[in-house]
Amino acid sequence: MRFLDTFFDGAVMAKYLPELLSAIVTTLWISLIVVVAGLALGLVMACLRTLGRWYLTLPIVAFADIGRALPPLVVILIFYFGLPGLGINLSGPMVLILVLGGVLAAFAEEIFWAGLTSVSRGQWEAGRATGLGFGQTLFEIALPQAVRMGIPPLVNRALAITKMTALGSVIGVKEILTVSSSAQSFSGSATPLTMAALAYLAIFLPVVILSRVLEQRYAWAV
Amino acid sequence: MNDFIDLFFNLDIMAQAWPLLLKGLIVTLQLCGVVIGLGLVGGLLLALGALSPRRWLKWPAVGFIDLFRALPPLVLLVFVFSGLPFAGLDLSPFVAVVIAFFLNNSAYFAEVFRAGIQSVPKGQAEAARATGLSQPQTLAHVVLPQAVRNVLPDLLSNTVEVVKLTSLASVVSLSELLYSANMARSVTYNSSPLILAALVYLAILWPLVRLISRYQRGLAVH
Amino acid sequence: MTAAISPTPSAKVHARPMLEINKLGKSFGTTEVLTSIDLSVRPGELVFVIGPSGSGKSTMLRCCNRLEEPSSGTILLDGEHVTACQGRALDKMRLKIGMVFQGFHLYPHKSVLANVMLAQVKALKRSKADAKTRAIEMLEHVGLAHKAESMPSELSGGQQQRVAIARALALDPKVMLFDEPTSALDPELVGSVLKVMKQLREEGMTMLVVSHEMEFAREAADRVVFMDGGVVVESGPPEEIFGNPQSPRLQSFLSRVNRGGE
Repeated sequence: MRFLDTFFDGAVMAKYLPELLSAIVTTLWISLIVVVAGLALGLVMACLRTLGRWYLTLPIVAFADIGRALPPLVVILIFYFGLPGLGINLSGPMVLILVLGGVLAAFAEEIFWAGLTSVSRGQWEAGRATGLGFGQTLFEIALPQAVRMGIPPLVNRALAITKMTALGSVIGVKEILTVSSSAQSFSGSATPLTMAALAYLAIFLPVVILSRVLEQRYAWAV
Repeated sequence: MNDFIDLFFNLDIMAQAWPLLLKGLIVTLQLCGVVIGLGLVGGLLLALGALSPRRWLKWPAVGFIDLFRALPPLVLLVFVFSGLPFAGLDLSPFVAVVIAFFLNNSAYFAEVFRAGIQSVPKGQAEAARATGLSQPQTLAHVVLPQAVRNVLPDLLSNTVEVVKLTSLASVVSLSELLYSANMARSVTYNSSPLILAALVYLAILWPLVRLISRYQRGLAVH
Repeated sequence: MTAAISPTPSAKVHARPMLEINKLGKSFGTTEVLTSIDLSVRPGELVFVIGPSGSGKSTMLRCCNRLEEPSSGTILLDGEHVTACQGRALDKMRLKIGMVFQGFHLYPHKSVLANVMLAQVKALKRSKADAKTRAIEMLEHVGLAHKAESMPSELSGGQQQRVAIARALALDPKVMLFDEPTSALDPELVGSVLKVMKQLREEGMTMLVVSHEMEFAREAADRVVFMDGGVVVESGPPEEIFGNPQSPRLQSFLSRVNRGGE
């Protein structure tokens, strides 16, 4: 019973529910922007890379490598605590969106590019031989196949990165973990943390299950 | 420009912070060693469970994997570190971090192992059993070696993720690399220690990230 | 049926070659794979190219629509310079040169119908309705109209290759290039593809075919060209090439093929 009181205290739950709900909304909209911007930027970079110009490829590869190699929290701290010294003041949510969007873009670029390189040369030749231009062949033939191949890893990666919105708690973004942590220290009960865990499960468990379904679907279709 | 160099690439401050960061780096590496080791073992067992035809093994394993893939690692960490003391379990930061990341990471390694084992054609196991190998022998000598080779890029990329993940330990004041760097930043009011930490992460992870890209490209060729 | 392919009725009377290859050379680095190839295909003619693997046949064919860039020489299609075209003009030129690949290369993410419609809409700028009508017509022509809504992965290799032929024909090309169109097929599926090719020939399509189907060459080709080591060694009507080969290289090639050693 002590366990239930500590982790599932009804009174505490009721008290902090409204605050938590608005935090969920914050987590959701930040996630949405991160996913849309990250995927779009990754796609654009992968397409530019097909042009095969070194002055495009070099910065794209460097960006993708650094974005994949650096822990996001390091970059978040640099942006949040370092940039004001240069007179650039970014809000917590802004930093979170820039960093996580950038990290997702780095991974997405690599996934789209891996997809594009695995579209066989014959597909490109068939397109060009029927009079399609480079851009038409890219957008009509290569890219749809690359995207399809990339869907399972993209879903996984987007999931992993949207979960990192919890890092917003380090720079005061009022998202789920921030709100529940402070509620926990105010109330002296672990219940708000339980609520946070449940909130995250409600958001992300469906995505995890979706990723399983997608993986199975695309595993057999190829 | 001078401001920029002074605030982000101040060599004097970097030199001062270096001994502290080095200590932090050692903690980071210890953490990586323990979490990766436990994660690999736990992941393999979970994968075998998830692939088992026995329902009482399969469903708990799948449930465990999905649950911990859906929870953000930082939430897990805060829950273990700040929540469990309410249940009378007081854990040192190091142990709390190891537990939280083990739960998160074994779920990820399990998914990689599962995909790898499924990628080995059934005929391989049948051939091994037909030559009189036992089930564990078949797994150890025939199925797993092929499975691991097939998912090597994913195993590597998961390992990179673990190294990045350990930076979250700074949130619970474990004095690993990022915590030490951030400490140095707040003492010196200068972001150079954070940049130095970023460079250390890059030095460790960039080669691995390159290797992963190489691998993916290599797989795409045939 | 015949009208669908739009051959010029007086095709065989034309003096000018439909496809003309002049002094074509191609090297990869320092390796010369084609040396001064001269070859022309008259309107309505079916020219068959044979030769051992590595003789440069496919490279020669791929130079005709510039999937491979010639190192020297010129290619003319109906009097127009293919080798002078760049960019958009080259894309337009390729519309007039149909190509069928050994590996089919149907787009796996598009239905059979969409495969045949794509270049019509995007490159030829036909309206979707016209493109669809034309696609169905061409699929009927290769006997696959009932598969229009299928995905390529649901078809046999022979059916896929016939769709690939329809995809090329739908653009009303002046010439069709076939790059070993039956080499990737199971033996029992080869016949259906050859049947379509024979039908095309009867309708007056100009065709340049690289293939190992000697039987087919014997009965359907107007002219057979034997290539070896990047040069044209011998050419002539099938009965001469197969019945009375002149050069020792062709003789040894044919005896190897007849023994099934190729």
